[in-house]
Amino acid sequence: MSSEPVISVRAATATLGSRPVLRGVDLAVRRGEVVALLGANGSGKSTAVRSVIGQVPLTGGTVSLFGTDLRRFRDWARVGYVPQRTTAASGVPATVREVVSSGRLSRTKLRRPSRADRAAVDRAIELVGLADRAKDSVWALSGGQHQRVLIARALASEPELLIMDEPMAGVDLASQEVLAATLREQVAAGTTVLLVLHELGPLEPLIDRAVVLRDGCVVHDGPPPEAVGQHALPGHDHVHPHAADEPLRTGLLT
Amino acid sequence: MEFLDHAFMQRALLAAVLVGVTAPAVGIHLVQRRQALMGDGIGHVAMTGVGLGFLMSANPVWVAGLVSIAGAVLMELIRMYGRTRGDIALALLFYGGMAGGVLLTSLSPDGSNANLVSYLFGSLATVSQEDVVAICVLAAFVLAVSLGLRRQLFAVSQDEEFARVTGLPVRALNLLVAVTAAVTVTVAMRVVGLLLVSALMVVPVAAAQQLTRSFRATFAVAVLIGTAVTLAGTVTTYYQDVPPGATIVLLAIAVFVVFTALAAPLARRRARTAGAATGAYDGVRPSPGTADDVKV
Repeated sequence: MSSEPVISVRAATATLGSRPVLRGVDLAVRRGEVVALLGANGSGKSTAVRSVIGQVPLTGGTVSLFGTDLRRFRDWARVGYVPQRTTAASGVPATVREVVSSGRLSRTKLRRPSRADRAAVDRAIELVGLADRAKDSVWALSGGQHQRVLIARALASEPELLIMDEPMAGVDLASQEVLAATLREQVAAGTTVLLVLHELGPLEPLIDRAVVLRDGCVVHDGPPPEAVGQHALPGHDHVHPHAADEPLRTGLLT
Repeated sequence: MEFLDHAFMQRALLAAVLVGVTAPAVGIHLVQRRQALMGDGIGHVAMTGVGLGFLMSANPVWVAGLVSIAGAVLMELIRMYGRTRGDIALALLFYGGMAGGVLLTSLSPDGSNANLVSYLFGSLATVSQEDVVAICVLAAFVLAVSLGLRRQLFAVSQDEEFARVTGLPVRALNLLVAVTAAVTVTVAMRVVGLLLVSALMVVPVAAAQQLTRSFRATFAVAVLIGTAVTLAGTVTTYYQDVPPGATIVLLAIAVFVVFTALAAPLARRRARTAGAATGAYDGVRPSPGTADDVKV
C-alpha cells in the first residue's frame, strides 16, 4: 500500500522581494519518512519548509498536506511546527508549561483545555526532559533548553507530521542528545518528519532521505550524503538545470 | 471613610477601579508583543476624538472611543502590511491625532483647550453619571476579551508565526487586541488622562514581572497593582489638591521601584533553591557561544 504522500510539493516557485528563492522545487514526503532538507545559507531550504506550512506565498506550483491542497487545509492539529528561533521568551515572563500549552491550541481552539489536553502538555514536556523545569520561567533557561521548549510546544498537539526549521541551531551537545532521543521516539511511533538542517550531526542515523537545495533548486534527493559541507554535497557533481551558465552562488549575495 | 459619602467620589472610585483592572489586563498583551507604547499612540489619536466630540456637542467618551478604535486598527494594519516605513506612518498618526484634537477643540463653540486638558491629564471630579455608564460597558468588553481569550492572545503575542500554524485566526486576534487597547484608552482617559493612559497599561505589568515567573501570575499581580494605585491615587486627590492621573502614575512607578529592589534577592534565593534541587547549577553559563540565546 503506497499511501498518499503526507507532504507533496510540485514545481514550487517563490520570491522574496524580487529575488527568486525557490525555482521549481519538487518534494514528496511519505508517511513515516524522516526527510532532511540540506543546503548552504540562502539555498532556499528555510523558504521551502515555510512554504509547506503556508508562511511563504508561492508564485507558482502547488503544495498539499495529507492529500489536501494547502489553501483548503484546516487540520493543523496534525502538524507540529518548530520555527527557526533561538528563544522561547517574549516580553512577559512565561513558564515552560505556559509556552508548551500554546501548542495545544490547534486542538482546543477557543474552548477551555480539558484534562486530556493538560495531560498531553505534560507528556510533551516530559518527552524533552524538562518535567522538573515546567514551572520555571523560560527566561531562566539555556539556549538548548529553549529549543527543547519549542519542540515540546510542537509535540503538544500530538502531531502526525513534524516540521522543524534548524532545530539544532545553537544547541549544546547535551540538549542535542535529548532532542535526538525525543525525535527517535516520535519516529518509532510513526511520526513523519521534515526538518531543515545545517549538518546531519547526531540526527544522522534517523534520516531516511536527504534533499539538498542549491539556489532554489533540488540538486540531490536520495540517501543522506556522507559528509556535509559545501564541497562534500553530492549535488556538486550534478548538472544544475537552471544555473548551468550562471556563476555559482548567484542570488546569495543580492 | 467620609469620602464615600459624596456621589462624585463614588463615581470617581468606580471609574478608577475599572481602569486599574482593565488597563494592565490589556497592557500585558501589548508588553508581551513588545508594543508597550501602543497605548500612548492610541491616546494621541483619541485626542482628535475628544475634539470631534466637543465640535459635535456629543459625549466625548463615545466619540473618542470610535476614533481611537479607527486609529488602533489603522496602526495594526500598518504593522501587518507596512514594511519599511511603518515607524514614519505611526509618527504621522500620533502627531496628526494630537494636532487634530487641539484644532477641533478650538473650533468648537463650548470647548476650550482648558476643557481638553481635563482629558489629557484626567479629571475625576468631573466624571458624570453618563461617563460612568460608558466606562462600565467598555470595561466589560475589555475584560471579556483579555480574560476570555488570554490563552489565544498569549500564543499570538508569544510567537505569531507559530500561532498561524496552529490555525488560530491570528489577523483577527491582532485586530481585536488593537480594538481592545483603544477601548481601554477611552475607559482610562477620564481617570488618568490620554497622555498617561499608556503608563497604567505598562508600568503595573513591568512592576509585576520583576517578581513573577509565569504569565498567569504576572497578569494577576499587574491587575492588583493597577487597582491598588488607582484607588490610592483617587483617595489622595480627595485630601490633597493634586491631579489624579499624575498621582496614580507616580504611585505605580514607586511600586515598580520597590519591586525591582526586591527582585535581586528573590532571584538569588530561587537560584539557590533550584541549585539545591538539581545539585548542579553553579551559576556559570555552559558555553559562551550560547549566551545571547539565554535571555532577551
